[in-house]
Amino acid sequence: MLAVATVEGMADRIRKTTPQTESQNAPASADMDVSTASGQRLKAELDDLLDEIDEVLETNAEDFVNNYVQKGGQ
Amino acid sequence: MAILKVCGIETEYGIVTRGFDVSPVTSSSMLINAYAGSMRQKIGWDFLDEHPSADARGTVTEASFPPEIETHLVNAVLTNGARYYVDHAHPEVSTPECLTPRDVVLYDRAAEEIILRSIASVNALLPDGQEIGTFKNNSDGKGNSYGCHENYLVSRELAFGRLASHITTHFVTRQIFCGAGKVGSENGAPDVPFQISQRADFFEEEVGLETTVKRPIVNTRDEPHCDPLKYRRLHVIVGDANMSEVATFLKVGTTALILAMIEDDQFPDWLTLRHPVTHIRSVSHDISLTSTCELQDGRKMTALEIQEQLLGLCQRYVRSYGDPTSGDAEEILREWESVLDCLKNNPEDAADRVDWIAKRRVLEGFALRHGVSPLSAQLRAIDLQYHDMRLDKCLALRVGLRTLVSIDDVHRAVTNPPPDTRAYFRGTCLARWPQNIVAANWDSIVIDTGDEILRRIPMMEPLKGTRAIVGELLNAVNSVEDLLLSLGSTDTPGWDPLMTPEPGW
Repeated sequence: MLAVATVEGMADRIRKTTPQTESQNAPASADMDVSTASGQRLKAELDDLLDEIDEVLETNAEDFVNNYVQKGGQ
Repeated sequence: MAILKVCGIETEYGIVTRGFDVSPVTSSSMLINAYAGSMRQKIGWDFLDEHPSADARGTVTEASFPPEIETHLVNAVLTNGARYYVDHAHPEVSTPECLTPRDVVLYDRAAEEIILRSIASVNALLPDGQEIGTFKNNSDGKGNSYGCHENYLVSRELAFGRLASHITTHFVTRQIFCGAGKVGSENGAPDVPFQISQRADFFEEEVGLETTVKRPIVNTRDEPHCDPLKYRRLHVIVGDANMSEVATFLKVGTTALILAMIEDDQFPDWLTLRHPVTHIRSVSHDISLTSTCELQDGRKMTALEIQEQLLGLCQRYVRSYGDPTSGDAEEILREWESVLDCLKNNPEDAADRVDWIAKRRVLEGFALRHGVSPLSAQLRAIDLQYHDMRLDKCLALRVGLRTLVSIDDVHRAVTNPPPDTRAYFRGTCLARWPQNIVAANWDSIVIDTGDEILRRIPMMEPLKGTRAIVGELLNAVNSVEDLLLSLGSTDTPGWDPLMTPEPGW
């Protein structure tokens, strides 16, 4: 069970880094267009990310934060 | 002359219980026992080599508080050469000794996987409604910090004072690419909504032995875990635990290069800081990257400008002196140049590799979308959840961080040691003869052959006991008795695959 879950977690990482590669390969000849398109794409990506974070974020943020106390570390 | 930079990372994980209440020592022990229970036999740690109060400066002041050894706590040695144990109320994994920064990334990821498997094992044993959770971070946001320590092999010939003053420049400024980011401030530091480092607020001294109070930027613990006449182990307590693999790679890789440069006396004296303790906080608190640090000669430079100087020096150093990281230098220098370029021109571009920038991007986006205030519980929850080890909750897994190692390699590294350090000998012996090994530590293993006498095999050279040196020997023997015969008595002069250093390093 765990191994499967871990593989999925890693697949997630790989999937979400793909757009970065595309942006690095973008043609340099149309800098302005690319920049605008890139800006819109980044915003869309952030919107998607924030949608996902809204879904997975702990429902009671206050309890989650308050209950996290770590004493006795180096 | 610089020596090869054998290195490793030890990470204390934050731990919580949900649905029941026990001490963190108990929950950490449950976690490690659940994992160790799945091994064929639990191998204990041998404390003979532990001297945490030894000070690299040669003296110990009465006011210092050296860490105590807690021999009664759970302690396991793993077949990948790592150590997994309870340390100061946290579960901690120390990676095996690695020859390259890339291998440190691999074994740090393997450590995460070991934590995940431990969590799955222990939670399967707990009743419904009860679970243990872990976090890879360095602060609870309430004034309590716990460490992610790095270790580097350095030559004993190098004077400790010079090492400390030079490496401090890097420790204060490297946070701009290896800080993990934090909402708010702690430990009496000035209020800020967000800062670069998890740990910076907790450093109060330039140099010292402590690790739990009055933390120093350079730790003087002198416990080489190898031949003390030839080596030091620089014990670095100033770093953040990184979720980003590239950040871990940069943290370890740049530090290894600079340490070699210091050993070869190529670090310029002018590039040292006049007020390191002030600046470790001021750099962390300045996300605009524009505040300056005062150098010994009175000049003022930003952390970014200092890092550009260090990069240029290391580029020249590697060209002239070679690669102390056994093949990683080119990639380290390329990633270093690239990340500094991003930080200079458009920091957002580093959101795929720098934890504090990736975290800040989410925090700012969330605050804008939901109209929450800078220090709200929701933003603190995002900060914490970035480091949550639960795969369905961890935010770092969702922000698009670039990876360096494959999950298949991570799974192999959970059980297999690196081939090119003494961890190979330790891990292979543990895997082959768990019933005969009664204890192990970094520089020896203790074997019980059934005789009245236990045999200790010393491993005082970190780069002996590798697959290249002992692989054939280990393949050829069928029992620990054969192994001891093949190794010969350790007080016999002549060939010794674990002790005598190879010429030239």
